[in-house]
Amino acid sequence: MAIGAFAAVAFVVFPVLALVVPESSPFHVSAYWVTLIGKIMCYAIVALAMDLIWGYAGILSLGHGLFFALGGYAFGMYLMRQIGADGQYRMNMPDFMVFLDWKEFPWHWALSDSFVAQMLLVVLVPGLLAFVFGYFAFRSRVKGVYFSIITQALTYAAMLLFFRNNTGFGGNNGFTDFKRILGIPITTDETRIALFCITGAVLIGTLFLLRWVVTSKFGRVLAAIRDAEQRVMFCGYNTVHYKLAVWTLSAVLCGIAGALYVPQVGIINPSEMSPANSIEIAIWVAVGGRGTLTGAILGAGLVNGAKSVFTQAFPEYWLYVLGLLFVLVTLFLPQGVMGLFARLRGARA
Amino acid sequence: MRTLLIILLAAAALLARPAVALDAGLVEKLGLGDSDEKVAAINALAATGDPQAAELLAALAEGDVQTAGKRVLVVKGDQATDAATGEAVAPLPKDREDVVANNRLRGAIASALAALKLVAPDRETRLAAVKALAGGADPSILPLVKKALAQETDPIIKPLLEWVAATLELSGGDRDARIAAIRTLGLSGSPSSKTLLLALLEKRTDGGFAEPDEDVRIEAQKSLRAVEDRLAWGERAGLAFAGVSLGSILLLAALGLAITYGLMGVINMAHGELIMIGAYTTYVVQNLFRAHAPGAFDWYLLCAVPAAFAVSAAVGMVLERTVIRFLYGRPLETLLATWGISLVLIQAVRTIFGAQNVQVENPVWMSGGIQMLSNVVLPWSRIVIIGFAAAVLAGIWCLLTRTRLGLFVRGVTQNRAMASCVGVPTARVDTWAFGVGSGLAGLAGCALSQIGNVGPDLGQAYIVDSFLVVVLGGVGQLAGTVYAALGLGFANKLLESWSGAVLAKIAVLVFIIVFIQKRPQGLFAMKGRAVEA
Repeated sequence: MAIGAFAAVAFVVFPVLALVVPESSPFHVSAYWVTLIGKIMCYAIVALAMDLIWGYAGILSLGHGLFFALGGYAFGMYLMRQIGADGQYRMNMPDFMVFLDWKEFPWHWALSDSFVAQMLLVVLVPGLLAFVFGYFAFRSRVKGVYFSIITQALTYAAMLLFFRNNTGFGGNNGFTDFKRILGIPITTDETRIALFCITGAVLIGTLFLLRWVVTSKFGRVLAAIRDAEQRVMFCGYNTVHYKLAVWTLSAVLCGIAGALYVPQVGIINPSEMSPANSIEIAIWVAVGGRGTLTGAILGAGLVNGAKSVFTQAFPEYWLYVLGLLFVLVTLFLPQGVMGLFARLRGARA
Repeated sequence: MRTLLIILLAAAALLARPAVALDAGLVEKLGLGDSDEKVAAINALAATGDPQAAELLAALAEGDVQTAGKRVLVVKGDQATDAATGEAVAPLPKDREDVVANNRLRGAIASALAALKLVAPDRETRLAAVKALAGGADPSILPLVKKALAQETDPIIKPLLEWVAATLELSGGDRDARIAAIRTLGLSGSPSSKTLLLALLEKRTDGGFAEPDEDVRIEAQKSLRAVEDRLAWGERAGLAFAGVSLGSILLLAALGLAITYGLMGVINMAHGELIMIGAYTTYVVQNLFRAHAPGAFDWYLLCAVPAAFAVSAAVGMVLERTVIRFLYGRPLETLLATWGISLVLIQAVRTIFGAQNVQVENPVWMSGGIQMLSNVVLPWSRIVIIGFAAAVLAGIWCLLTRTRLGLFVRGVTQNRAMASCVGVPTARVDTWAFGVGSGLAGLAGCALSQIGNVGPDLGQAYIVDSFLVVVLGGVGQLAGTVYAALGLGFANKLLESWSGAVLAKIAVLVFIIVFIQKRPQGLFAMKGRAVEA
């Protein structure tokens, strides 16, 4: 029901309001709102991915921003190539490379001209990194807080790496000033709405996929690992395989969310990899309610909605709100908003 | 050639000069000549070593020298004296013109005045003068340097003076003098000797050598090798010192965590902010001293150290009582809640002190440094911090092993239930231990305020590093923390010298990630069969 209503809003009401309804009408939805809600839907995908590993498998990652940013960068490379010769320097090369006086593309840009290749990289790069990292970490039974801190160190190291100009990803400024996607101008209302609809579809698809995962036998084992890993091991399951699979899937979903995020927001830079960003993802899930998929979406929506309200109206108070949210939710709402709903419903019945 | 002539003239003048008067020809050139002549005159005057010349040059720098026709006058207020003879001139001539000292002249005057100060009776003045000349001097003052060298006995000034003399000989002297000069340069270990020697060995664009004399080149090559050897030693010593220094800073930042995380198992993401609070406390104490006791300003740190400890410890204990206590046994939730606290603390400091960095001044006794070799200076502030870190480490070791609180903390760490059974007030011990850990963060902040910027984001820069130190060192071990901090400090600086700061940092992070895979318990695992949480 709820998903049907959401789909109707995402695919019919919003596009109509944004494109068909004239700008003078009070029902017209401006580009600002389309971008904002599209952005939040990307975050919701990340929150789902986070919920999958934290809520269902008990692995708290403080480095999911890295996978999100890697997906974003992979797609951003394609968008940079699409600028063609329309950059500041009128060269058939991204501006920052001209600025650094590079004559040819570095090796990792080899496939950047192809949409299909970059879409593959969006999935492969975060997936592969997560697989390799997860393989070593889970195999040597790094878990709990240790794992969290190492993932944080990982994203921190990546941020430092991407801040360097020589890494070939635009340094501080990252990628921005995109002009086209698949040859279509990127800032028109139609493109925005198209991206919005694709994001909505991916979000719904992710939700269905994860619902299937967590209700399957696989999901039951995950929950068992979360609650008593040693017992699961003694039952004859190889927990490493389960954890590795779910961890990689989660990273891939983050990468896809990042790829959807970049064309809508129009910029990607290394600050997306900062440890603070990654830890914020955890609070979205915590606010919504760990271990419930709708809770993750709800949490991403609530926190980011509040963030855009606060950072515009009272910018100096946002950090207080966010900080207190971390404290109060962990102290008083361990099950998040969804848990609160459940408790209220239980009290009434 | 012309300079040489003037030097000869000046030398002649030096021998035959009357008691008071300066060489009239030189003075006239100084007032009326073109730029080149003026510079030559300045250097020649300096070469006389005459105090009166010094006065004249100082007056020139001040803009007090004027010309009237052919006469050069020093005009102070409405008093005028003849620059050459020193006689008073009255009344003031009408048609006077200022002698304007441009930048080039000012440079020449400064070096000339420094040369004149080489024979001053005061040691500090001589040292300052020779250091000024080491930055570059005109060859024409060589006789004066030699004269100073003949009477110099100070063990620090004399080699410097010899070095200056050698650089001057190198560009002006005859062949034997130059070779001798090159040998002298070879005895020094300063980067500027290297530059000078390299210049001798350079090739011209047409393929020939800049230095035609082969013997000179061979000698220069030998000296260059000696200098480079010495420089390399200096670099190694500097690197080692930088490593120890960074290690001591990491140790200070991580010691508190070693207690709260290592011993108590609390993930305190607000640890960095407790460091920041310590730094801001130092800032406040500094301002109080400046406002109320400016005479004792140099000793404000003595007050700031306990204050930083107390304030951070108090904040930490309040946090423990109000938030962390309810999250024991739920490390992931503790992590998130303390992260939230850190955000609130950062924003609170921004609200109170502003988002900009604040200025924390070093006391006078901490500025400057020890000159170890010519290219290694050990700053006092760093040395003090290394000592401070050692003292804090000793203190915390005593606290843990020699006091009742330490005994309780260790007891609770090893077996909470049993400790409680034998009457240890575990809840209160938790609070105190957390307070000590937080207070240590405050001490780290106090130390960091002396060498870096103090701003609301100060703690964020250290939180990842200090967690890595604790994780690498192994939980529950002070010794592990020490080895890990020093090791990371060295590794960071060593890699930095090869690959630059950012890549070094990344390499260290990757190394730790790999290392944890191999030894998940850190360098020094706790012996025994700890129950998995």
